[in-house]
Amino acid sequence: MPSLILSYVCGHLVPLLLAVSVIFFWSGHNQPGGGFIGGLLAAEAVLMIVIAQGVDAARRRMPLQPGTLVAVGFLTAAAAGLPGLILGEPFFSGQWTELTLPLLGAKIPLGTPLLFDTGVYLLVIGATLSIAFTFGEK
Amino acid sequence: MNTLLVLPVIVPIGAAAFIWLFNSRPRIQHALVLLTVAATLAVACLILRQTAAGDVHSTQIGHWPAPYGITFIVDGFSTLMLLISTLIGGMAALFSIGDTADRRHAGYFPLFFILLGGVNGAFLTGDLFNLYVWFEVLLMASFVLMALGGQRTQIEGAVKYVMLNLAGSTLLLAGIGIIYGLTGTLNMADLAAKLAGVSNAGRVNAAAMLLLAAFCIKSAIFPFFFWLPASYHTPPPAVAALFAGLLTKVGIYALVRMFTLVFVADTAATFKLLRILAGLTMVSGVLGALIQKDMRRLFAFLIVSEIGFVLMGIGFRTERALTGTIFFLMHMAVVKSTLFLMTGVIEHWKGTVRLDRLGSLFEDHPAFGYLFLGPVFALAGLPPLSGFWGKYVLVQAGLIEKYYLLVGVALAVSLTTLWVVARIWMEAFWRPACAPKRRADAPLGLLRIGPIVVLAAVTFLLGLWAEPFHAQALQAAGQLLHPSAYMQAVLGGP
Repeated sequence: MPSLILSYVCGHLVPLLLAVSVIFFWSGHNQPGGGFIGGLLAAEAVLMIVIAQGVDAARRRMPLQPGTLVAVGFLTAAAAGLPGLILGEPFFSGQWTELTLPLLGAKIPLGTPLLFDTGVYLLVIGATLSIAFTFGEK
Repeated sequence: MNTLLVLPVIVPIGAAAFIWLFNSRPRIQHALVLLTVAATLAVACLILRQTAAGDVHSTQIGHWPAPYGITFIVDGFSTLMLLISTLIGGMAALFSIGDTADRRHAGYFPLFFILLGGVNGAFLTGDLFNLYVWFEVLLMASFVLMALGGQRTQIEGAVKYVMLNLAGSTLLLAGIGIIYGLTGTLNMADLAAKLAGVSNAGRVNAAAMLLLAAFCIKSAIFPFFFWLPASYHTPPPAVAALFAGLLTKVGIYALVRMFTLVFVADTAATFKLLRILAGLTMVSGVLGALIQKDMRRLFAFLIVSEIGFVLMGIGFRTERALTGTIFFLMHMAVVKSTLFLMTGVIEHWKGTVRLDRLGSLFEDHPAFGYLFLGPVFALAGLPPLSGFWGKYVLVQAGLIEKYYLLVGVALAVSLTTLWVVARIWMEAFWRPACAPKRRADAPLGLLRIGPIVVLAAVTFLLGLWAEPFHAQALQAAGQLLHPSAYMQAVLGGP
């Protein structure tokens, strides 16, 4: 039975959870956090929708289905190993570049470890939700 | 060379992700499977070309230097194992495309290739903890593959399989923990250098025994073999063939690697234990096989028995014996996979693989009968087939080292195996049919016969043209016993 209170809270909490998950993900390089924890939090946001409105509603609101997310996440993480190979270094050798933000002038370091973590993030969301959806549908 | 070394892992596991993306489009999936099989075989052949002359190559993942990062390394032994695993994995994958019963689930092929990637990772890694990780990868993939389909017997077999193997993993992890506590490193080459300086021999031996127990469970050595016959007959034939060809070999590979490279200080007691276990494994395997009616269970018990032969070679610990071990490993992996695929074909024709219900296979399918002769008598060790050369070298090595009792046991076990194999031939192929003929519902198709023919041809090749394989095995055994090139490749230079 859909609960009005839960649905209402859900509408406000989901964006918040997703934002926190991205912050966790971003802080992960040198501080606690990272793709795994961020991915779990993002999955939790979707689980809120599952509890409030059911699995079908959650599925409709996801741009990629969990199974696809697992594959895409895995391929993203694996792709992080390739730049090193292309440059003639061993697999997964870290490669870094700096992105200068227009207007602000701040510099953001971007590297293959970030790409790897992005893959982990997507994979964790996909894997967690595949399990949760399977239980939710039965 | 750097690139090549990671490809046996990256290609199958990456392919698994792509195949999963197309899980609603079987035709694309099958095309991708064919492509992956070709690619992995090509990679294995390229690696063989690099190491055939006796070189050892390594790469440091992520450019982290050796004792700290993860090293991938190939020497002769890893190359031969890689070659066999990609061959068997490829043929089993092709067979699955042909066998509709195998791919009831969209996750089948992705898991199949994750398993293959895990096996290859275990053959390539030069890091003890990374080895544990690959064991887990292949354990999880194989558990799901075994349980896919969800029949009662399958789940039962899978639970036995996973419980024992998890226990094995726990022991392995405990052993790894002790080793790390003693030396502060888990890189195998670095361990080999540092363990020599550890004064506490008791603790080193404790860790060695924990690892030995773990690998014994993984490779179905006495007294931990019972999970194998309890589970291998339950999954579809292609999966059973993959397991029979690869899983126990990974355990043996790890055993050989650890006990030739790392635990080399206090050898007398350890290797005596290995020889005792070898004898018991051989005997218990073949005794189990004697009373089996189900052909797959019978072959599963014979796997256990053959593992004993492999272990015997490790226990003798001479160059000749290790050559025999490596040659025998190649032979038994190919032969066992072929036979498990063949039981799939027999089941397709007759609807059963129970010896007491089979009959007249030779009359109905003479060509298949001739094909079956090769692997099944290679299993018994009849000259000039592949099993003969492996056993010949092993027995010779044993006689030179004067282990008469164990050699005698091995010969007796061989003879009993011959008897078991002859019984299969008499009951399933020569005896007149006792059950009414079952109409074959679909033609077999090239994709199911092709892989069997290829694997059977490899068996014949290993037997009739054994010399180059023997030379490679001899070289690999030499590298195992004199690991300076291996350590140089890991620790010295980039």
